[in-house]
Formats: sequence, structure tokens, C-alpha cells
Amino acid sequence: MKRLRAWFLAPTWAVMLTLFVVPLAIIFAYSLLTRGTWGGISQPWSLESYRRLADPIYLGILWRSFWIAGAATVLCLALGFPLALFISRSGKRKNLYLSLVILPFWTSFLVRTYAWMFLLRDTGLINTALQKLGLIHDPLPLLYNDGAVILGLVYGYLPFMVLPLYATLERLDRNLLEAAADLGAKPWVALTRVVIPLSAPGIRAGAILVFIPCLGAYLTPDLLGGGKTVMIGNLIQNQFTTARDWPFGSAVSLTLMAIVLVLLLVFVRRQEGGLV
Amino acid sequence: MESVLELDAVSKDYPAHRAVNAVSLGVGRGEFFSLLGPSGCGKTTTLRMVAGFEDPTTGQIRLNGAGIEHLKPYQRNVSTVFQNYALFPHLTVRQNIEFGLRRRAENHIDQRVGKVLELVQLTGKESRLPSQLSGGERQRVALARSLVLEPDVLLLDEPLSALDPNLRKQVRAELKNIQRQTGITFLFVTHDQEEALSLSDRLGVMSGGELQQVGTPEDLYLRPQTRFVASFLGLVNWIGGVGVRPEATRVTKDPGEAGPRARPAKVVQSTFLGNCVHVEARMNEGQTVVAEVSRLGESFSEGETVDVWWQPDDELTFE
Repeated sequence: MKRLRAWFLAPTWAVMLTLFVVPLAIIFAYSLLTRGTWGGISQPWSLESYRRLADPIYLGILWRSFWIAGAATVLCLALGFPLALFISRSGKRKNLYLSLVILPFWTSFLVRTYAWMFLLRDTGLINTALQKLGLIHDPLPLLYNDGAVILGLVYGYLPFMVLPLYATLERLDRNLLEAAADLGAKPWVALTRVVIPLSAPGIRAGAILVFIPCLGAYLTPDLLGGGKTVMIGNLIQNQFTTARDWPFGSAVSLTLMAIVLVLLLVFVRRQEGGLV
Repeated sequence: MESVLELDAVSKDYPAHRAVNAVSLGVGRGEFFSLLGPSGCGKTTTLRMVAGFEDPTTGQIRLNGAGIEHLKPYQRNVSTVFQNYALFPHLTVRQNIEFGLRRRAENHIDQRVGKVLELVQLTGKESRLPSQLSGGERQRVALARSLVLEPDVLLLDEPLSALDPNLRKQVRAELKNIQRQTGITFLFVTHDQEEALSLSDRLGVMSGGELQQVGTPEDLYLRPQTRFVASFLGLVNWIGGVGVRPEATRVTKDPGEAGPRARPAKVVQSTFLGNCVHVEARMNEGQTVVAEVSRLGESFSEGETVDVWWQPDDELTFE
């Protein structure tokens, strides 16, 4: 039995080792080396890359990434909770609504982000329509700012909030809502005193599933932020391409990973029995 | 008796069937009233309409003389003890009990919670979560949570069915006691006839969405108006169109002792049940009857020729 188990797990181990552990070790080694004259890496070993992270410019980018990811998470929760509640109360239509939530995944995220550019740009659908209707004269600055990035992130990660929320709300005992009403709680009070506290595990799981990928987002800030809105993901990409500073790029990557890991540990600790 | 709760021709239709059909009844103030019937008879739906979880299709429900059909559950001064208790799992015993009082912005919350905790004997367990309580304790929290609001009517939906049988009898006695002490009107729904007979001042038997008969336990047991009520409230021997309860059915080996309603029979089986003996006898017409006889009297064995008889007064007859 034990031997059989080892054989079944072997492919996973092989993949994890070659595609995850080894590259991570390489990145770690890079982060401790020095930038070569023409890019790449060279001796000597140093902690210089990590020291540079303390520069206010980079701390600023880190902070900015946190608040953009945070804002996207809060908005996903604000939009996702009523939606998940609605779906969980939809009886036979549940499965239809759930598949609609997942439907966007059938198209490439890149294509969908370009579609947002088409909608938001100065000569895009929204601005053109508003101008044609005579509501505005000059186009509104809808694209290439923080708002556009947050919009793109909320759009992209909303399903990751809705699904775990739905899972907890679906399991909520209907009798508890009846009991709350029976004891004199108006619907709003029942929501805040009973439904929301009891869906805390789903809220936590959804927040983790949205916040962490948003923190490291690269595509959305690049396309919708127009390079003005730099997040950590863009900083890392720049170091490996334009700036050709692999050691620093590696150091930023590992720092981001460390932050995410710490956050996960804090959240998962609080939630016995794991996610969802 | 003054009625605190009145149902007037209340019906409930679902797309596929009529769950409750023209039920009318009045529950007196301070009364322990039970709705008894098999599952699917409409008793729980009736209770849920009083609570406000279901709207009657037609008919009126009056509480203290005022119609309440249009009121939301949180606007009605009734409270429900749910079959699965529906305690809030994230709140402690105290917070569960306080929940209703806080919603109604009542005064003297601590004092009232303290009193009700004492009544249901949960003092000292205030800070436990429902998951840290036994089944019986949870049941008492559910009861306390509703009792503390001093509702006009306390609605209990099979509150004993989730308890194990040993505990059930004990809790039954406590429940009756609490009802007597508080004087609160109880509307109790159950499918267990023994429970309904032992607890209720009056009870109504339901079947197929209709209220069959309302009366005291004695009324219903001794003077059932329908065959359904007769057979739902205990065993009946149906002999030639009339019903005779096993304890009213006598068996004798002495033909002189048998009364006017005697029938010759042969003992099929005699079963010792501890406090009594069930004698099963086949009458010459081929029908089998069960007689419950004292273990102190005559004893019967298989194959003996006997007379089965009963008093005309003990016959259950129906139009």
C-alpha cells in the first residue's frame, strides 16, 4: 500500500521539484549575487539587492500594491456578497447562475482586459456614447489610472470571491434565519447578526483568493494602468526586461512571496480546517 | 375560556397539493394545546402559519382578537422552538437567550435572562457555545430563548423528537412543569400520541390537512368521532363495525362470566409485557383480537377455548 502511494505521488513530486523548488533555489541564488555589466548576474555575493528594497521609491510601490489589492478585495466582497447570497437563495436556478459566474473563464484574461481598454479609452465605447448623447464635451479620463486598475482587478477576481462565499451561504441552516425573524430581528439585523458572522469562513477564504493574486498582479496594471500605475508585479517584470537587474528582480520576487506566505499563515491559522 | 389564538378556516395551498384544509380552532390563554397527526398531515404547516413563516392561502389567524396574517414573523408576539433548535452557533448560551430581548430593546435584560436560566436549569452554562452542550441542554436553551420573551403563544415544533428516548420522558415532565409555572400558552406539534395525551390540556388530531377532532385527551381517547382518531390514539380491535380498545376487551374461560357481547374464540398467543399481558385470540368468524389483561388474573395459553367479551359502554361507534 505504502509503495503504491509513493508511486502515485512520484509524478507530482517530480513536477514540484523541477518546476518549483529548483527555479525557486535559482531565484534565491540570483538575489544574493550582483548585477552583471551587461545584465545577467555575476560575483560577488551580496545583500545589496535586499538593502535597495528599503528605498522609499520601492516602499512606495509596495504600499501602492497593498492598497490597490486591498481596495479590489473590499470591492469584490461588497459586490460578491449580495450576489452569492442571491445565488444561494435561487433554488433550481442556482446552477445556471453559478455557471454564469464562471463563464468569463472560458475566454483568455488578456483578451478580456483588452476589451476593457476598448470600453474605457478616450475614443472608447463609453466616452463616445456619452459625447454623442451630449452629456460630456471632452472624454472622461477612464483609462490609465488607479481606478481603471482596480476595476480590472475586481472584474477579473470577482468569481474567486463569489464561489467560496456561495459555498458557506449555501450551507447556512435556513432555520437560523427563521429563528432570527421569530425572535424579532428585521431582515437587516438578521443579515448583520447572523448571516455575516456565520459566513466569516467564506469571507476569509474569498479575501485570500482575491487579495493574494491582486497583490502580485502584472497584466492588469500594465494594460489598464498604462505604466503609470506601477505595482510590484510590474516592478519585477521591469527588472528582468528593461532594467536588466536580475538580482534585484529576484529579491523583489522573494520578498513578495515571503509577504504572501506570512499573510496566508496568519489567515489559515485563524481558520481551523483550512480554506472554505 | 378566553381564546388567545384563533384560527378561522385557515387553508394552505402548495402548487401540487393542499397542505392544510379549512382548519378552525381556538387555543385558550394558558392552555397546553397539541396538534397531533402523522407526518404530512399539515400540523407543522399550521404551526408555521401561526409563526408567520408561511402565509395562509385563505382564512384568518387572530392573536388576542386581532388578525395577524399580514404581519411578518418579527412583528408577531409568538415564538418558536424549532425541531432542530436552530440555536445560533456563533453565540453563547447567554447571547442566544438575549437575542430576542435585545431586538425588542427590552429592559432588565440581565435579570430576565438570569431568571429564565434558573427556570430551565442552565445557570452556570451561560458562556458555553451550543456546540459545547448536550442535546438536552440545547433543547432547554431553545426553550429559554423563546420563554424569556413571554410570548402570547409559544410554538413548539416536535421539540422532543431529536432527544434519545430515555431523555424524552424526563424532558416531557420538565416541559409540562415549565408550562404550569410560567402560565404561557403552548401550541405543541407532535406525531407521538403518548406525548400529546400526557402533556396536553386539549389536543387536535389532524389527518390529510384537516382537523379531525378537538378535545381533552379523555374525550379523544374514549369518544373518538372518526375511525382515524380512534386508531391513531392507540390500538383498536375492530369487531363487526364497532371498535373496542384492548384494555376494554375481556377474555374468560368461564362462559357464565361473559356479558351480552360475548364471542367464542381460541387463544393464539399470550405475550407477557411486564405490567400486563396481551392475549391474542382468534374468534370463530376468523378475526383476531388483542386483549390487554392483568398479569394478576387468569392466565391463558395457546389453543385454549375462551370467550371474548366487552361492555356495550366501551364500544367506539361512528356515524
